[in-house]
Amino acid sequence: MLQDSDRIFKNIYGPDGADLASAKKRGDWDNTKGLLAKGRDWVIEEVKASGLRGRGGAGFPTGLKWSFMPKENDGRPHYLVVNADESEPGTCKDRDIMRHEPHKLLEGCLLAGFAMGAHACYIYVRGEFIREREALQRAVDEAYDAGLLGKNACGSDWDYDIYVHHGAGAYICGEETALIESLEGKKGQPRLKPPFPANVGLYGCPTTVNNVESIAVAPTICRRGASWFSGLGREGNTGTKLFCISGHVNKPCNVEEEMGIPLKELLEKHAGGVRGGWDNLLAVIPGGSSVPMLPKEICDTVLMDFDSLKEVQSGLGTAAVIVMDKSTDLVKAIARISHFYKHESCGQCTPCREGTGWMWRVMERIAKGQAKPQEIDTLLQVTKQIEGHTICALGDAAAWPIQGLFRHFRPEIEARLNGHASQEAAE
Amino acid sequence: MSVRRVAENQPDDFSFTKENISWAKKQIAKYPKGRQASAIIPLLWQAQKQAGGWLPEPAIRYVAEFLDMPNMRAMEVATFYTMFNLEPVGEHFVQLCGTTPCWLRGADTLKDVCRKVIGEQNTVTDDGKLSWLEVECLGACVNAPMVQINDDFYEDLTAEWFEKILLDLKRGENVPSGPQTSRKASEPEGGRTVLKSIEGDA
Repeated sequence: MLQDSDRIFKNIYGPDGADLASAKKRGDWDNTKGLLAKGRDWVIEEVKASGLRGRGGAGFPTGLKWSFMPKENDGRPHYLVVNADESEPGTCKDRDIMRHEPHKLLEGCLLAGFAMGAHACYIYVRGEFIREREALQRAVDEAYDAGLLGKNACGSDWDYDIYVHHGAGAYICGEETALIESLEGKKGQPRLKPPFPANVGLYGCPTTVNNVESIAVAPTICRRGASWFSGLGREGNTGTKLFCISGHVNKPCNVEEEMGIPLKELLEKHAGGVRGGWDNLLAVIPGGSSVPMLPKEICDTVLMDFDSLKEVQSGLGTAAVIVMDKSTDLVKAIARISHFYKHESCGQCTPCREGTGWMWRVMERIAKGQAKPQEIDTLLQVTKQIEGHTICALGDAAAWPIQGLFRHFRPEIEARLNGHASQEAAE
Repeated sequence: MSVRRVAENQPDDFSFTKENISWAKKQIAKYPKGRQASAIIPLLWQAQKQAGGWLPEPAIRYVAEFLDMPNMRAMEVATFYTMFNLEPVGEHFVQLCGTTPCWLRGADTLKDVCRKVIGEQNTVTDDGKLSWLEVECLGACVNAPMVQINDDFYEDLTAEWFEKILLDLKRGENVPSGPQTSRKASEPEGGRTVLKSIEGDA
């Protein structure tokens, strides 16, 4: 188990105070000027060497992403945009960073922004997080008053501004180009790539969009060194990660653990185990609603990191672990997720706009036992027609949970539909 | 997607209060010159607050004019983002999370409470105090089931306790937000498994 001394977010549960003085006692803003003095290339190399992969779901190497920003400034300003539009069902970790560890995020914004030649940063907080936004704004005000932000931030000769912005209830704005559109004052509809945001992003300027957690761990990585971070976890899946454990466990919670921790250990050590014991486990969605579920046999041994979960045809996503015990009607659980995607589709691409509604209606029919077993094939065919045929990944995210359900539980669902059919015939 | 239309009955006009005008100008100053449209969500949100929890059509037009952008663009934003209530809501507007993590922990029983105490979705009680809406994941999944009432989250609910909260609010009583058990924030019930040495006074 990860030692407390290796935990980055010491105040993730909030008892220690989110204010600047408390944050400084925990080591935040300690000689930030010295870190900046090592130069932008040093910061990028350190983050690259740490092996940090994006914590927002896709797992793209963070340092590499930063290095895509133009080295020379062509007259257009550079922007860092922080994605705090945390809305993936099951996920509630960035919320805790914003309300309990906001200074880690702000210091990370300065380091990351400096590394990519940006003088301005926008933090896009989901609209519903009103108290979290207020907490973050308080921290920003404190940092300005202390000279940590603004002109000559931390005495580094680098001017840096952070602005807190917010949305108003649209899951799709967690997609980076939709987020940029929204920040420009439009509907949050994703853009076609290329051009990528690193070349043409916010206001047509070079922009990098990063998740809250990815940015908030950067100062600790720079301070303790890349080798410390890369020494945790497994190769290609390094460091620590905030896990959100929800659903049918005895004690749902957030916890920071080492990457690659076995799923069973994660649930039993921190969340009080599965309700009714491990043998009462039916399935787990290991990385937020978008990733395919895993049946108990796989949960027995699987490790919680990007590559291990990919090997079992699922994903780490946002590391939001949704646990379902044997009392769960899995069809209903996934039908509710289908409803989510139908509600959140931005409507831009036809396969997603029409397909999400179509999939939801069929899932509801299956849940009620009104569908014929052969409709499952049609449904799976539709998921394949949506997957990969849309501008952004929301279409994929809507298709995968359904594919995951039938990959592992098709015989049970077919038996259930056949049971309904023969019951009706008998009547 | 969800189909969203403006309400039939609309007030004649809308304009920001003096305080909100100076607040709005500060918001616009966050964005580069000529990019004032970026402030539209914060401004519409403030307009909704000023109008009593919903966004009348004249307010959308007012904000468009305030930001020097076409009315249609503002209308697009107001109808796209689901936190803009296009019809009046109760003084205490309950957004009930019904997505899978909350559903697994009993969100359906909370819906029954809403139907019992308030009525169907999108209807305001006769005294104007309460209305409710099922929404998608609000991002407090380890504290499920939960609801948002106006600006605050109410977490770790049971049907009985939630009913008491609604009745208390109806009576005009103050109800503390956050987890409704002895639990603190997102730590496990009964105490932390890690970071036990971090003791604060908060």
